[in-house]
Amino acid sequence: MSLEVSNLSFSYTREGRLVLNDVSFNAKSGDLLAVLGPNGVGKSTLFRCILGFLTGYSGQIRLNGIDLRKLDSRSIARMVAYIPQSTYPVFNFAVLDLVLMGMTNQIRLLGEPKAEHVKKALTAMNSLGIEKLKNAGYGEISGGERQLALIARALVQDAKILIMDEPTANLDYGNQIRVMRRIRKLADAGYLIIMSTHNPEHAFLYANRVLVIKDGCVIADGIPATDLTAELIRTVYGVEVHVDDYQNISGVHKICVPVDDDDSGQSY
Amino acid sequence: MTDDSADDRVLPNYRLRYLILLIVTVICIFVSFVVGRFSLDISTAAALAYLKFLSFFDPDVIITQNFADYSVIFNIRFPRIVAALLVGAALSVAGAAYQGMFQNPLVSPDILGASAGAGFGAAVAIMLGLGSTGIMIVAFFGGLAAVGAAYGVSLLSKGPSTLSMVLAGILVSSLFSAGLSYIKLVADTTNELPAITYWLMGSLASMTWMHVVYVLPVIFIGLIVLYLLKWRINILTLGEDEARSLGVNTNLLRLTVIVCATLLTAAAVSITGVIGWVGLVIPHFSRMAFGCDYRRIIPVSVVMGACFLLAVDDCARTMATIEVPIGILTAFLGAPIFAYLLITGGRK
Repeated sequence: MSLEVSNLSFSYTREGRLVLNDVSFNAKSGDLLAVLGPNGVGKSTLFRCILGFLTGYSGQIRLNGIDLRKLDSRSIARMVAYIPQSTYPVFNFAVLDLVLMGMTNQIRLLGEPKAEHVKKALTAMNSLGIEKLKNAGYGEISGGERQLALIARALVQDAKILIMDEPTANLDYGNQIRVMRRIRKLADAGYLIIMSTHNPEHAFLYANRVLVIKDGCVIADGIPATDLTAELIRTVYGVEVHVDDYQNISGVHKICVPVDDDDSGQSY
Repeated sequence: MTDDSADDRVLPNYRLRYLILLIVTVICIFVSFVVGRFSLDISTAAALAYLKFLSFFDPDVIITQNFADYSVIFNIRFPRIVAALLVGAALSVAGAAYQGMFQNPLVSPDILGASAGAGFGAAVAIMLGLGSTGIMIVAFFGGLAAVGAAYGVSLLSKGPSTLSMVLAGILVSSLFSAGLSYIKLVADTTNELPAITYWLMGSLASMTWMHVVYVLPVIFIGLIVLYLLKWRINILTLGEDEARSLGVNTNLLRLTVIVCATLLTAAAVSITGVIGWVGLVIPHFSRMAFGCDYRRIIPVSVVMGACFLLAVDDCARTMATIEVPIGILTAFLGAPIFAYLLITGGRK
């Protein structure tokens, strides 16, 4: 599976500001691409273009070499799955039913899920450790569990590209780490994952690619450990940080600590 | 991920609940034949029904019993019962479908202006002196026109489509209500104005087989299509982006749901007049007893809505010496129920 974005530009109004300005990057199976950038910088717009929601862009998006414009929503859904932020639902579906919804593109227009679909959904839930929640209400489980349920829904969709919109937003610290570890495992299993995040630590710890966007332009594209520098984080988010090596028995990790603007080294 | 609290929860026994609901509905239907100002005992009604049943197969069977009994059962109560069942089912399913589509459990079937349009249409027809068939047809198309206008406005507007649809519905409703008020103002106060007012209260009092035969195909089509789309409506409840990412053509699906729900609402309102609250409250009760899944909500709303409206109509024709318009009763029942739902947050 591969994703190529070339010279992608997008504006919501005809003569308005370019939300995306000449964005180009590639990604392939096994990549966990972290997209960093402040709020309102065009990350969501980029995702909406790749998902086929927005069509009025210039440039090209290719899935496995096929132009996205030539694909209908059903075909796109077979290749790209979307994992939104876990919000409190309006209707409190059972978790199993929510996961079953991921297989809608494999169900006839007037049909409904059958036993085989239920089996597949339970397998996916099992792989994420949430099979016990199958009858629990989606609105009654924790934020981390909701996020995993949404990931399970994306897995049964059989799409190999997963687009995640801040998968750790609104999660407590423990759930953030648990969800991110699952996501890393999915990339290792061959999924192509693109996720937006505001936490440089997550990029250092779990991503093998980082894309930094500012004002609709890609200002960095590379490997987190070498390319995501303190200088870059300051440019993007406007805060002073130190990026240091931290060594423990499992190896060397990068850590990112905010510091005072006068660079006294005091963290807060 | 708190594994200790994650329990293997067992779903309620929905089959048993279905069965109870069906039994209650069947009892309701039988009771409806015998209650009313013209008293009939069950054995007479059953004997007549048996003879009528035989006469379908054997033309030699001639019903010789009391003609008044026969007429009350087959020409007055039977069509009225069928109409109540149809209208209750139609309004409930339309409400359930809209609530899913708008991702809002507080939406009712007239959100896009179907009732206001039908009311205006009926008033125009009454002013023109059309008979009951004419009123029904003009009201039906008035309802369709109002929703069509609301949908058109929402297409032309920019912004999130469900929000613009709700706003367009409000504006179209208000426009048709203004038109209705104007007609009331200029209507002749001895005949037309009371007829309009009475129509707007909603009643099943004058149902005939003609009414049933006119709306039956429309309501059937609407119910069947929504029943077949019940899994897709689940997807619509996730919202535009998620539904599209799952490969659903949301624009086409939403339009189909609107067309079906509008046909149901307009058909129901065109024969009975405005009956509020049913389409709002029944889907709520369906969810409380059967969960959120539209695979259950749609069929349950059909039965529960039909049963509810029939029971309320039985009250309407027995509780006072004159017929109480059913629209008044549903509001009397619906408002406290709604208050209860608001206070408890609609949750168990």
